Parts: sequence; structure tokens; C-alpha cells
Amino acid sequence: MKRLASLLLCLCVAPTWAGEVTGTPKLDIGRGGQCVEDTQWMRKNHMHMLKHQRDEALRKGIRDEKISLKNCIECHASMKDDSVIARADSFCVGCHKYEAVKLDCFECHSGKRKSAWLQQRDAK
Amino acid sequence: MSYTSPNQSRSPLYNLLLATGLLIVLGSLLAVHEMESQGHIITGMNNQIVWGLPHVFAIFLIVAASGVLNVSSIGSVFNKPAYKARGPLAGLLSIAMLGGGLMVLMLDLGRPDRVIVAATNYNPTSVFAWNVLLYSGMFAAVVVYLWTMMEKRMYPWSKPAGLLVFVWRFVLTTGTGLIFAFLGARQAYGSAILPPMFIILSFAWGLAVFHIVQSSIFAWNGIRQDEYVQKRMRNLMGVFVVSGLYFVVTYHLTNFYFSRQSAFEYFILRDGGIYPQLFWWGYIVIGNLLPLLLIFHPALGKSKSVIGASLAIILGGFAFLYVFIIGGQAFPLDIFHGYAVSSTFGDGEIAAYRPSVYEALLGLGGLGVAFMITAIGIHVLNFVPREIPTKVGHH
Amino acid sequence: MSEIDTQRRNFLKTSAGAAAVLIAPGFMLFDIAHGKPQGASNKVRWGMLIDTAKCKSGCNDCVTACNRENGLSGGTAATDSQWIRKIELKDISSGREVSLPMMCQHCENPPCVDVCPTNASFKRVDGIVLVDKHRCIGCRYCMMACPYKARSFVHEPLHDQNPDVPRGRGTVESCTLCVHRIDQGGKPACAEACPNNVILFGDLNDADSEIAKKLRSLSSVQIRADLHLNPGVRYQGI
Repeated sequence: MKRLASLLLCLCVAPTWAGEVTGTPKLDIGRGGQCVEDTQWMRKNHMHMLKHQRDEALRKGIRDEKISLKNCIECHASMKDDSVIARADSFCVGCHKYEAVKLDCFECHSGKRKSAWLQQRDAK
Repeated sequence: MSYTSPNQSRSPLYNLLLATGLLIVLGSLLAVHEMESQGHIITGMNNQIVWGLPHVFAIFLIVAASGVLNVSSIGSVFNKPAYKARGPLAGLLSIAMLGGGLMVLMLDLGRPDRVIVAATNYNPTSVFAWNVLLYSGMFAAVVVYLWTMMEKRMYPWSKPAGLLVFVWRFVLTTGTGLIFAFLGARQAYGSAILPPMFIILSFAWGLAVFHIVQSSIFAWNGIRQDEYVQKRMRNLMGVFVVSGLYFVVTYHLTNFYFSRQSAFEYFILRDGGIYPQLFWWGYIVIGNLLPLLLIFHPALGKSKSVIGASLAIILGGFAFLYVFIIGGQAFPLDIFHGYAVSSTFGDGEIAAYRPSVYEALLGLGGLGVAFMITAIGIHVLNFVPREIPTKVGHH
Repeated sequence: MSEIDTQRRNFLKTSAGAAAVLIAPGFMLFDIAHGKPQGASNKVRWGMLIDTAKCKSGCNDCVTACNRENGLSGGTAATDSQWIRKIELKDISSGREVSLPMMCQHCENPPCVDVCPTNASFKRVDGIVLVDKHRCIGCRYCMMACPYKARSFVHEPLHDQNPDVPRGRGTVESCTLCVHRIDQGGKPACAEACPNNVILFGDLNDADSEIAKKLRSLSSVQIRADLHLNPGVRYQGI
């Protein structure tokens, strides 16, 4: 019982302590706006949507213009650096850090707005 | 268990060995960490030699893990009491080497963090996918088998369990051989003789590992080995070596007969630099002639020469696999027959490979894991063959 | 309940309630409202016909275009990715010289797909052979199985990939036939870049396409036809 009590105490204390450091993430949402679903729905379901979409797009060639990682980035990349991952408060990174969820997409995918990427390539 | 383990396993030397094993395993994990953060660029592997030293270690361990079970099978399936007493140790060694080999294989993956995908997306036409089932099933089967051998009330089940393991390991080593047998486009592989060849080689390699571990345990605990049993096991190992050699020779000779394959054979047996060297000196001389001499020469064949023969067989096995796996990839693919070819991607060239310290550490880590499982297993349970009560002196 | 816990809770809370969120109905509603885009068609088989008589030795334009399109470094070290390469051939008996581009042959019966343990290597219904990098664990068995040595393993972490062409460390990759262009109605970058029109891209199944007509009237070969893989890339003049 004592052990249980101390465990509960730990559970309560640890997040409080963490809360002083973090707080609700301030995100650079880029252009922002709603195109697929409302914000709460997207917060909760975007990962399922992306996973569903990636199989459709890659394996079946069904490329949805709206529901695609590229399209998310198009609106949500920062207006300053055209990226969803470049800074601690970038759209994807900021929230994933807050929720402590590993962000695996961008080991392969570009986190940049395509127009910006093309500009950068052509400048080379 | 009604008797206690006769191990002197609390000695400082035991702890030292265990610490060394742990250090080797930690070294391999460090190497893996580097490979993970920097990529395979820090290994010697490249787009031409895609499987390297880690695979030599892994395949040796997995093949030997299957072969060592011969000892159990001869006991349980063919009812030879001397082998029955050794069954548990063979089972432990099998689990240990399988564990070590699989660790190397998995940690060498480009994305080991995703290995679970192999379970969630299963391709029934891939022999790698079959092997996922075969290897994990093997663990389970051997654990059950050990249980039936070591728990008195389970004894009646030891024969069916032994039969299951007997069949399973044949299928398993066939699966390992098929990895290469299915590579129809490569000169070195794509032959139906490879699965049986791997099975026979597994017998020799497994028994060699068994001899070394058994001799170490006996020496450690001051047990003298029964000479009759030793002679039988020694001669059996000799027969396995000769059979393995027969398969390897047949494989190369049939290749020579096909003119489309002869360029590859000249490469691997004569012109290929390190590969023919390793084949003739490593596999033929050290892996076959030396052990056969040590086993069958009338003046030799005592305990020490059996250990020597076993070590030579293991070294020969590594040499063979290095030539088979890496030499087989080093020879250029024959994409345009009848043409001399050149490109920026190694077409028409012998591929270069120099193993890096990271992959060597990873491979050694597999041996380390196998050693740790064995050493700890012997320490906590009674795996020591127990039919010989003659204790000579105390350690 | 600590402050941050409440925050997280509110952050993720939906009006539908946290306990019973079903994804599928949401998608169905969305699909109905939005209309589904067309995927790859199994009536099509994409392929290429390469006229080696027109291919110039020493010309590397297809390779350069591929590297640029797909964001490859262009390096030729043994650990660098090369999706397309120029091979210089010399007939050993006659001395006749040929130059040609070599890439994934997009087989009908691809060995890389057969051996892949996780179905990461797959063939799209329109014949394009691809690697699903979400599933690739980097075992490299497909590289061992490919008779054309068409695949590369990404040996280093990558940055700044083309948004249309995801690539990443620890996975295997190869020519995608520029699938991202094909799906927009375009053709592969190499075919577009070739100054001598060596590479003819098209639908092998469409009897009226230029490639089908040429294949009907000219003699062409499949490389390593002995393996019965029926590649989608065919060659003239070898």
C-alpha cells in the first residue's frame, strides 16, 4: 500500500515538475487555416490519415491532392523558413516534442515546402 | 532437480570470463549504435558487397546452432545413451548460438528499429520471411525439448519433442541454404545443392563447437571423459567433415562443368586473391585436412587433438563462409554475356571489400552473446553431461 | 490532476469523446464529399525501349537528369546510390562497342519482390517496381536477388530530399521510373533529358502507343531473358 502511495505521488509530482518547464506548445503554424477537418479532429487523427494515405499513394498510386503530407507541409510550413521541422517551434516538431512522440516521417520525407525546395535547387 | 550442478562456477576465473563476454557484447552494441547514427557507411559493406562480415558470423552461428542438435537427436531419436546424457548441453548451445546469430543478423539491418514490420507484413514467397518463423519456432521447440529432457515427469515426451526438433532443424538449415539457393541470377549461388550442403556442414560445425564446450566444462570440473564415448564422437565428427567436403567439392566441380560458370570457379579457386587463399588454406587445409589428420591418425586422436581438430573445423567454417558469402558477391554479375563491360557501378569489376572494426565488433558480439547464454545456462541449471562419475582431482 | 495533465487532455479532447473514436467513418464521409482520385491502372504496363544505336558513349545526360530529379548526390563511390548508370560494352569476339543506360528493368516477375520479407519491394498494378520505405527494414536481400544490380542501399543519413522523392538512410532504393512524374501524366526524367531520343517511354499494353508499335516492328531484346522475368525495359541493337 505504501508502495502504491509513493508510486501515485511520483506520478503526480513528475508531470507538475515538467509542467513548469514546458506548457502548451507555441507553434509556428505557417499559413494555417482549415482544409481537411477541424483542428481538434486533425490533432487526434492526422497520423491515421497520413498512414492510410501513404499506402494508397505509394502502393496504389492514388494520390489525393488534399490529403497528402506534401499538402500539409504546403500550408503548415513556416513562412520564415518554409519548413515544418527546422526549429523547435516548427509545426510538426513543436507538437511532437510536447507530446513526446517520435517523428519518423522526415528521415525520408522532406520537411520543406516544394516551391521553396525547387527554388533552392535551381539556385544551385 | 535431484542433483546439484558439479560446477565450480563461483571461481574468479568464471567471473572473469563472464565479464569478458559482457565486454564483448557491450562492444558490439557500441558498434551498432555507431552504425545506427552514422549509417552503414562506417562498415566495409557497400552496394556491391551488400552482405559482409556480420553475415559470416551470423550464418556460422545459425548453421552451427542447428548442427549441434545432432548430439541431442542421436540420443533421443536414435536412443544412444551416451548422447542422451549430452542432449541438454547440446540444446543449450543451440539456443545460445541461435540467439547470437539472430542478434547479429537483426542489428545489421538498415532499420533494426523497424524489425517488427517483419511480423506485421509477411511475404509468403520470401525465404527470409519463412526463416523468421523457422528461427523463432526453433527457439520454442528447443526450449520444450530441454524441458522434456530435464524435468523428470516430462521424460516420456522427450522422444516426440526430440523428433520435432530433429525435423525442425533440417527444415531450418534448408531455409538457410535456400537464402542462397534462390538467388538464381548470381553465379556463386542459385544451386539446389546448397541446402543439403549447409545441412552437412552444420553437422561438422555443430559437433566441433560441442566438443570444445564439453571439453572445457569437463576440464573445468575435473571430469575425465569416457574414452569410448570420446572415440565415437570424434570419429563421427571426422565422418561429418568428409561428408561436408564431398558436398563442397561436388558443388565446385559441377560448376566447372558448365562453361558459363567456369570463370567464376577460376576466380574463387585460383585468381581471386584473398578468396582462393582462404578457400585452400583456410577451408581445405585447416578446415578439413588438419582435423582429419588429428582425428584419424593412429598416434593422435586423444582429447587434446580432438580440441585442436574442433578449433580447426570452426576456423575452416568461417573461412568457407567468408569465401562463399563475400567472394560470391565480389565476382561481377554476368549481365551482358559475351561482352566486356565497364561502368561507374562496378560492372565487370571485382568488387572490393575491407571489413571495418564496427562489423567485426558486431560479429564478435554474436559469439559473445552465445558464450554468455552458455556460461550462464551452465551456471544456473544442470547442463553438464553426467554419465561419467570419475572425478580426478578438484579444480 | 496536475496542470499539464489537464492541458494535454484538453489539447487532445474532441467533441466526439475520447473513448470511442472510429477513424473509418470519418474517412468515408470525407471520401464521399471529396471524390476519390484515380489510382494506377492495371490496364497499363509502363515500359521503355532503349535504342542503343543512338546512345553515345561518354554521354551521361540521362544519369545527370536522374540524379537531379531524384535528389541523388551524383557520387560514384561504392556506397553511393546510383539509380541509372551508363554501361560501356565491348563484344569480346568482334570488338563491336555499345553504350547503354542501365536501371531497374521493372520486371513482370521481379525477384526483388519475391525475396522481400516485408512486402516492401512491390510491383504496382501498372508494372512499376518500387520500394515501400515505410516497410523496408534494410536487409538487402533484394539487392542480392536483382540480376541487374539495379538497387542501392542508402549508407548515410540524408537531408533535404526532393519533396516528391522520399529517400532515407538504412533503406534500399532504385529507379522508380519517376513514378511521381508518371502519376502527373509526365515521363521519366532520363527519357526527357536524353539529347538523342534513345529512351522511348510508354505503355506496352496500348497497341497504339509508339513504344508498342516499335516493339511490334523492330527486333528488341530483354536483358537476361534466360531468367524469364519479362522486364518492362527493352533494348535495341545488342
